[in-house]
Amino acid sequence: MPRARPGTSVPSVSSDPRARVSITINGELVEREVSIRMLLSDFLRHELRLTGTHVGCEHGVCGACTVLIDGKAGRSCLTLAVQASGHEVRTIESLAAEDGTLHPIQAAFQDCHALQCGYCTPGMIMNIVGMFESGEPLDLSDEGIRLALSGNLCRCTGYQNIVAAVRKAAESLPAG
Amino acid sequence: MKPALFEYSAPQTVAEAIALLAADPGAMVLAGGQSLVPAMNLRLASPSRLVDIQHIPGLSGISVAGGEIIVRALTTHRELELSGEAHRANPVIREAMAHVAHIPIRNRGTVVGSLCHADAAAEMPMVLVLTGGSVVAEGPQGTRTIGAEDFFQFHMTTSRESHELVVEARFPVLPAGAGAAFDEFTRRHGDYAIAAVGAIVRLGRDGAADKVAVATCGVGSRPMRLPAVEARLIGTRLAAEDLAAAGEIAKDAVTAPDDINATTSYRQRVVATLVRRVVEKAAHRAGQGR
Ligand SMILES: Cc1cc2nc3c(=O)[nH]c(=O)nc-3n(C[C@H](O)[C@H](O)[C@H](O)COP(=O)(O)OP(=O)(O)OC[C@H]3O[C@@H](n4cnc5c(N)ncnc54)[C@H](O)[C@@H]3O)c2cc1C
Ligand code: FES
Ligand code: FES
Repeated sequence: MPRARPGTSVPSVSSDPRARVSITINGELVEREVSIRMLLSDFLRHELRLTGTHVGCEHGVCGACTVLIDGKAGRSCLTLAVQASGHEVRTIESLAAEDGTLHPIQAAFQDCHALQCGYCTPGMIMNIVGMFESGEPLDLSDEGIRLALSGNLCRCTGYQNIVAAVRKAAESLPAG
Repeated sequence: MKPALFEYSAPQTVAEAIALLAADPGAMVLAGGQSLVPAMNLRLASPSRLVDIQHIPGLSGISVAGGEIIVRALTTHRELELSGEAHRANPVIREAMAHVAHIPIRNRGTVVGSLCHADAAAEMPMVLVLTGGSVVAEGPQGTRTIGAEDFFQFHMTTSRESHELVVEARFPVLPAGAGAAFDEFTRRHGDYAIAAVGAIVRLGRDGAADKVAVATCGVGSRPMRLPAVEARLIGTRLAAEDLAAAGEIAKDAVTAPDDINATTSYRQRVVATLVRRVVEKAAHRAGQGR
């Protein structure tokens, strides 16, 4: 019996059922054929190389993967790419200007030293952007800010400086 | 941490969705995905097909009619929480909703999805039981209304047939003159409740309670009313000794085994304290005409 040549019996295409998705990502319409079990977080990171969106737990608890879906903060690890088809997604990559000028929330994080390793930061910031853009009244008390951030875990900072950064960003942005 | 293989359908009508569910007993409805997708990521759930209902027109929205708040299947937690109309009709919904997970989860998770998921510690199933609400399920044989007490059978088990789609939930409005309150105990904000209690109280002219509903979750295998607690309180002026006695009776409802968060006796003390506080708060609000 001839020895099987490595690779000959390995299918070159996965048997995963696939679907076409078209998602507006950071203002640009992206069309791809993807495995239907692909999470939006993996679509962003692996297909589009938008690795600013981080993945911590993949079950909704840590908040690192938070992006804006149709303008509202949501977990990209709890959303299938096929579910996001036809919708609009914004990631951390959309915030800074072309020339590198930071978004006011990013600038406030830098000024207040609100990050150490930075793993939680993209999710924190996208959640805060969603909150600021929602038009709902903001509670800028310590307790109110902590409540708004309660779905984002940080293992480094102890949160004090993140709370300060949110307040500073709120003051530097026009009301609303 | 990736889902097992499955097929995906995105039907455009309720009839199509029901046909897909009926054709495949392994198929599951996908609403907000905030309970189902984590379960699939952890491979605790491996549906053969997901029936994504997001594109079905007519399944969105909240309305108040006929003494009920009607919450259609695609309504998110956050939409119901922010609805002024729902809040005026029954303020206990917003009070309880603040304890459901976190805003990014509430932005995508649906109220009906939470009811169908039926976690024994989840808040909205308990609010449906407390208010005496119901769900409307559509299947190949037609439409039926299922009362909350019949709908929730066990932790993560409802009386919905696998080929039925729940199209709406109905939460009764707060009876005139009644007050309502909700509170829970968790280790971190947004966690499922170690114990939660909700109450609706109405006071008669003489100041005695003539209507009392008390419900709890997190302490047993499903959300439940506490008839013995209610019986102890009806007709009383809800004095400190009445509330304390009712709290003691509530301890009997605790059947949840010890877990990493609490022992049975700890849960009993938590539920007794919550019953005292929540009934008192509801009565206070009833007295203020809320
Ligand atoms: C980190 C985290 C914390 C959470 N904390 C809480 C909490 O404290 N309290 C709480 O109550 N919940 C909590 N949740 C769960 C959250 O509330 C979910 O949104 C909700 O339970 C499910 O709603 P969904 O729309 O996301 O449903 P899905 O996840 O899409 O579906 C859930 C289940 O219901 C079925 N289903 C959904 N819609 C229908 C329908 N119309 N007809 C028939 N079947 C249907 C699905 O097939 C599935 O079995 C938490 C979730 C996460 C990720
Ligand atoms: S990776 Fe999505 S919440 Fe943790
Ligand atoms: S800065 Fe390291 S986890 Fe938040």
